[in-house]
Amino acid sequence: MKGLINKINKIRPSFEKGGKFGALHSTFDAFASFMLVPDTVTKSGSHIRDCVDLKRIMSIMIFALLPALLFGIWNTGDQHSLAFGLGMSFWGKVWYGFIKLLPLILVSYIVGLAIEFISAQINGHEVNEGYLVTGMLIPLVMPIDVPLWILALSVIFAVVIGKEVFGGTGMNIWNPTLLARAFVFFAYPSHISGDSVWVAGLANHSAQLVDGFSGATPLAQASSGIATPGFMQMFIGNIPGSVGETSTIAILIGAAILIYTGVASWKIMVSCLAGALAVGLLANGLATPGTYAAYPVWNHLVMGGFAFGTVFMATDPVTSAQTETGKWIYGFLIGAMVIVLRLFNPGYKEGMMLAILLMNTFAPLIDYYVVESNIKKRMKRAVIK
Amino acid sequence: MEQIRLKRGLDIPLKGEAETKVGKTIVPETVAVKPADFRGVVPKMLVKAGDRVKAGTIVFKDKLRPEIGFSSPCSGTVESIVRGERRRILEVRIKADPVTEYLSFPIPNMRDAKRNDIIKILLDSGLWAALIQRPFGIIANPADTPKGIFISGFDSAPLAADVNFTMRDEQDSLQEGVNVLSKLTGGSIYVSLSAKDYAASPLYKLKNVKQYCFSGAHPAGNVGIQINHISPIAKGETAWTITPAGVAAIGKLFTKGIYDISRLFAIAGPRSEHPCYVKAVPGFCLKQISEYISETDCKIYGQPVGIRCISGNVLTGSNIGAEGYTGFYDNEVSFVSEGNYNELFGWAKIFRPKKFSMSHSYFSWLCPKRKYNADTNVNGGERAFVMSGLYEKVVPMDIYPVYLIKAILAEDIDKMEQLGIYEVLEEDFALCEYICPSKINVQDIISRGISLMMKEMA
Repeated sequence: MKGLINKINKIRPSFEKGGKFGALHSTFDAFASFMLVPDTVTKSGSHIRDCVDLKRIMSIMIFALLPALLFGIWNTGDQHSLAFGLGMSFWGKVWYGFIKLLPLILVSYIVGLAIEFISAQINGHEVNEGYLVTGMLIPLVMPIDVPLWILALSVIFAVVIGKEVFGGTGMNIWNPTLLARAFVFFAYPSHISGDSVWVAGLANHSAQLVDGFSGATPLAQASSGIATPGFMQMFIGNIPGSVGETSTIAILIGAAILIYTGVASWKIMVSCLAGALAVGLLANGLATPGTYAAYPVWNHLVMGGFAFGTVFMATDPVTSAQTETGKWIYGFLIGAMVIVLRLFNPGYKEGMMLAILLMNTFAPLIDYYVVESNIKKRMKRAVIK
Repeated sequence: MEQIRLKRGLDIPLKGEAETKVGKTIVPETVAVKPADFRGVVPKMLVKAGDRVKAGTIVFKDKLRPEIGFSSPCSGTVESIVRGERRRILEVRIKADPVTEYLSFPIPNMRDAKRNDIIKILLDSGLWAALIQRPFGIIANPADTPKGIFISGFDSAPLAADVNFTMRDEQDSLQEGVNVLSKLTGGSIYVSLSAKDYAASPLYKLKNVKQYCFSGAHPAGNVGIQINHISPIAKGETAWTITPAGVAAIGKLFTKGIYDISRLFAIAGPRSEHPCYVKAVPGFCLKQISEYISETDCKIYGQPVGIRCISGNVLTGSNIGAEGYTGFYDNEVSFVSEGNYNELFGWAKIFRPKKFSMSHSYFSWLCPKRKYNADTNVNGGERAFVMSGLYEKVVPMDIYPVYLIKAILAEDIDKMEQLGIYEVLEEDFALCEYICPSKINVQDIISRGISLMMKEMA
């Protein structure tokens, strides 16, 4: 342990300004501070500081994603096995899913982090930890068979246009993960919609499919009036869909971790749920029986990206509303918007991505009015105007 | 007595709380009066090296408000005037006599004393500096009539001096001080007490005051937070604040006719040896309490670390060094370890039992009784602001801290005013800085905002 500390501190000077590798300053710093908490001491203000930092918070985010990730790995194998009637073993499914998912994760991290390092280098910043989470999220919201070059392009789009042009982590307006997905959705729609992209190997080998296996997501089935899997199956999540979004139960474990550690806002999660239920129940109540609007709303909560988006995307602290009152409004509107989009927009079966991106856009406006009401209260008691 | 319950805040559990006993009475050898203790004051020297002074002799006054002077806390000879960069005056050092001689001030008959007579005595003695004005936390303007004078009867900061103990013999002086102060304001004197032990407080028995009882974690004891709940400061209003020690000193000035600001200091912090209280005058030198500094070699993760000596508490105090002089308003000295060590994979440890965190991403919440050896390590690198909703958890005021900070960074005077800059001082945001995972220096930003506002108002 001590040897490693000494070693890092020994090579540190050559990476400082004027050193042999001075140009790689922020790259070295990123790795060094990853391993060693820096020995900087407080210079002004509070002399002591809490031991929590962004690295810890980001690592909790990744930890909370693990259940969804692990389930996604198994489900990739399971769906493949079901589609082709292979009857794989548990470990066979896990191995298959792992082999399919690993390239996606690698590409996402390598491309994204490369851009982060380069831009930190150019701007002379320290490398920010934000992408460690985004890099894990992006593969989880993609279909398993998304071509790697499309994934790479979407990562470049999300990091450069979504984040760096605004000034990096903490400055972006839209959730980078959803921007990556939106990029694929609008630029390469055939790779992220339809019935054949959600299960590994389906697009190229549709001839060998088991009879009756369509590969359609429950959302697609519900919107075209076909019977969906039962609530429980969708809750557990062995259904086709984006890698990480299918299992509500795995996502709820993540949600519990996020809420308990205070890393994500429970207010947004609860109000998002409330918004979806409110609009959904209204639609259920008013709809003629047999139409899509009459499809029970609780099923919507376990279908598609609703749970994953509510827990991991809507709660992104940077792009969501920042005031506590604003969070209630923001979450509610996301929930409401998802159901509206799903029920009344025939062109697009999944509403989560667009609902969150839309509310990301409006979050500053919500905050503006919340803060403004505080200002009004204060100005009312002013003695001189 | 009205009860006010504050739900937001944080008590940082630190080792080294001062035991409630007086360890020794310090007969000062050298004391210093430091212009930097007083916000916005530009000193104009009235003494030079070699001059004789008594306790209560004005040593410098404010160039901008020449009626306000600052006096020596003890008698002796001016030893030196220490200057820093660009000849800025840092300290006026006074070699103290073994027995303090006091300048004597006239004692007016309180029954028919006019406001102006009282103000004159306070100004002449240098004790006026004890009155702080809100907004901005500068020394009060004698020409103003404040809407009230607020006294916080307890200090909730980590390891802070226990007011019930430090003021236990000052009952009469406190009452006399309050009587004097009540002539200065058109409104009332407001005293806030802690819900925990208000009945034991010497301030509980005061007459002619309005009392409020606060419960909750730090910063419940900050007078700014209390004002915000009792009678928030609006644009155009001023309120004055004073510490209990200041009130007692005023009481002594108007009963004995002397400038006696001696008080009990808490010596505390993880690196203090036998932490307890000492009786001293503000401006005493830490050399005189060197036996309370833990000398044992301290190593953190195998790396030797030094000691930081702070006049004040660990959140808002100033680093004065082992041979520094305590500040005018302080009644506490804290010793903590310097944090100049590397910790391997600190953030990645599942358990990090030696460090405290408010965040549930660590497990400090599992042992609520545990006290910690905090040090001055920043515990991370500075980052952009990411986590929303955290600052609000430790600012028990109807204020949006992040938006106020953003307005200050944008130097938007109107917005700062609208978002409540008049109601806050750095100390009210110290906990935001403590808990910030992005390691943003919040107090510096607030300080900048206050200077900007003062410039704008001037």
